[in-house]
Amino acid sequence: MEEMKDLVLNYVIKEYLEDGDEEITYDTPLISSGYVDSFSMVSLLVFLENKFKIKIPADKATPEAFDSVNSIVALVKQYLK
Amino acid sequence: MSNIGSYEERLQNFSWSLAEKELEYSAGDIINIGWYCSDRICLKGHGAKVALYHEDFCGNEKKYTFNDIRLAGNTIGTFLRNLGVKEEDRVCLFMDRIPELYLSFLGVLKIGAVVQPLFSAFGDESLHVRLENAGTRAIITQRKHVSKVRKILDRLPSLEYIIIVDHNKAKPLEKNEVAFSLEESEPVEAMEICPTKAESHSLLHYTSGTTGQPKGVKHVHYSIISQYLTSKWVLDLRDDDIYWCTADPGWVTGTSYGIIGPWSLGVTQCVLDSGFSAQAWYKFIEKYRVSMWYSAPTAIRSLMKAGDDIIKNYDLSCLRHLASVGEPLNSEAVIWSQKVFGKPFLDTFWQTETGSIMITNFPGMKVKPGSMGKAFPGIEAVVLDMKTFVPLKEPGKMGLIAIRPGWPAMMRMYWNNEVKYKEKFVNGWYLTGDRASIDNEGYFWFVGRDDDVINTGGHLVSPFEVESALLEHPAVGESAVVAKPDEVNMEVVKAFVTLKPGFNPDKDLELEIMNFIRKKLSPLAMPQEIEYMEKLPKTRSGKIMRRVLHAKEWGEEIGDISTLEND
Repeated sequence: MEEMKDLVLNYVIKEYLEDGDEEITYDTPLISSGYVDSFSMVSLLVFLENKFKIKIPADKATPEAFDSVNSIVALVKQYLK
Repeated sequence: MSNIGSYEERLQNFSWSLAEKELEYSAGDIINIGWYCSDRICLKGHGAKVALYHEDFCGNEKKYTFNDIRLAGNTIGTFLRNLGVKEEDRVCLFMDRIPELYLSFLGVLKIGAVVQPLFSAFGDESLHVRLENAGTRAIITQRKHVSKVRKILDRLPSLEYIIIVDHNKAKPLEKNEVAFSLEESEPVEAMEICPTKAESHSLLHYTSGTTGQPKGVKHVHYSIISQYLTSKWVLDLRDDDIYWCTADPGWVTGTSYGIIGPWSLGVTQCVLDSGFSAQAWYKFIEKYRVSMWYSAPTAIRSLMKAGDDIIKNYDLSCLRHLASVGEPLNSEAVIWSQKVFGKPFLDTFWQTETGSIMITNFPGMKVKPGSMGKAFPGIEAVVLDMKTFVPLKEPGKMGLIAIRPGWPAMMRMYWNNEVKYKEKFVNGWYLTGDRASIDNEGYFWFVGRDDDVINTGGHLVSPFEVESALLEHPAVGESAVVAKPDEVNMEVVKAFVTLKPGFNPDKDLELEIMNFIRKKLSPLAMPQEIEYMEKLPKTRSGKIMRRVLHAKEWGEEIGDISTLEND
C-alpha cells in the first residue's frame, strides 16, 4: 500500500510539479490546487492503467477521485485483481 | 428591469458615444484603461468599495478595495518604470490567478506599456514562440513557473527582465531575474499616468489558427468603450453586484470581462484560484453571494455531470444573472440551468480578435435554447455565402459569420503578420471563421468552425502547432491532429502518428508522447488520445488529408478522396 502511494506520489512530483521546492504529501489536493488540471488528468489516468494493468471506467475518473494521492490509490485498489 | 431595457429601442440611433459620455471621454482625450479601472472609480468616491475578493485553493482570502488596487497599480507601474520598462514595451503576465496578476495588469497599462497575458499552464515551447513573436521585454511570473522561462531565455534576446513576485530568498536569482514583492513594497500614492490615447496599444493576446504560429492580436485603450457597454448591457452589471468571471486572464475573456468590464463599471468581482470541482464552485458562490456569474460551456457541462442533488446543499439564491462564453452553449445546458438555478445561462459569442461581445442573448429577451442570440447594438453581423461572400438573406441558410469592422474593441492588427490580418477581411467584412445560420427572427445559430482549429473547453488549439511539436519527439515519424468529439469539452485533441523504425506502438509510448506535448505546449494541447497508424492518408502530392481523419472521428462522410494517394 505504502509502496503504491509512493509510486503515485513520485510520479506526480516528477511529471506535474514545475518547481522542485514544492512539497506535496499523500493528502495534498492535486486537482483543486491546480497541480493537475482536467486535461492533464487523462495522462495521469493512462499512467495508472499502464502501471497497474487495470481499466478505470471514465465515469469513475472524476476530479474528486483524482484529488489526492490517497484518493487515487483508493480508486486504483478497487480495480486491482 | 435590465440595464439594456428594450433591445429594439437600443438598436434605434445607437452610437458608441453613449459609452463615451458615461465614461466622460471625448475624442482626442487621454484614455488609459489602468486609470479608468482604478483611479477614476476612486475619484468618483468609491475608493473604499471592494474591487476584488480573492481566494486561493487552500481557502486563504484576500480583499482589495478600489483604492487598494489603485495603489497596487501605482506601485507595480512605478517599479517597472524605475526598472527601465517604457511605453509600448511588451510585458508578459505569466501567473496563476493570484492577485498580482490582476494588479500588474493595471500597473503595466498605467505606464503605457503593453500587457501580454499568457496562460500559466503553457509549456516552454508555447511560451517561447509567443515571447519571441512579441519581442517581449519583461515577464512577470511566479517561482513555480520561472523554470520554463530559464529554459528559453537564451533564445530570447529581447527579454531583459524576469520579475518574480514570490521570490524565495533561500535560492539565488539567476540571469535577468529581479525579485518584487507587492506586500513588502511601499505603496505609491501618486504617479504620472502615461497619457495614452484611443489608438495607443494596450494588450497583445495570442490566439491560434489552423496554420502557422500563434498570432498576436493587438488591442488599444479605446477598447474599453465596447467592454464597458457590453458589460453593462449583456452581463447586466450593477453597482451592488458581486461578479464572478471564471475565465483565466491568460485568455481574452479573463481580461475584457475578468478585469476591464467590471472594474470600469466600479463593480466588485471575486476570483477563485483553484482547479474545478462542483462543490468548490457552489461553495464559492454561496460564500461570496455571487449575483452575476459568467462562465463557460465546459464548466457548465461539468456541473451538469456532477448532478443536481449536490446543488441542494448550497444556498444559491444570490444568483441573479448567468452568462456563458467560449464555445456554443448547447440547448440542454440552457434548459438545465433554468431548471436548477431558476434562470438560463445566456450564450455570448465573440473572439480574441473582436475584443468584446458581438452576438448574444440579452437579459429580458426571449431565449431560444441553443441559439447564439442577436447582434449587439452597433454591431452589423451577417452570414455570408461561402463562395461569393455576399450576405445571405434567406433565413436558415448556413454561411460564414461576418461583422462590419468599426467597433471600439476590434483588433488593430496581427502582430508582425499583416498577411494573416488582411486574410481576415473580404468585401469589407471581418470573417470570424465560424459558420452559422440566422432564423426568421434574427437569432444566430452556430454550425461550426470554418477551419481545422480545435475548440477544446473554449480554448483554441492549432493542429499545426501540435503536429509540429509531435515531430520533435524522437519516436514520431509523421503526425496529424484533429478534433475528437467530447461530452464535456465539446472537442479534444486527437493525434494520429506513424512511428520511426525501432519504436513499439504501445501504451507506455503513448503516455510518454502525451506528457511530452503537455510539457512542451500545454495541457490543452496534449492529445487525449493517440492512434498509431502504419501510414497517414495523404494526397498524391504528399499533403496529409486531415479531413479524412476528422470525418472518421465524427462519423461523417469522407467526401471527395479522388486526390488520395494510392498504395
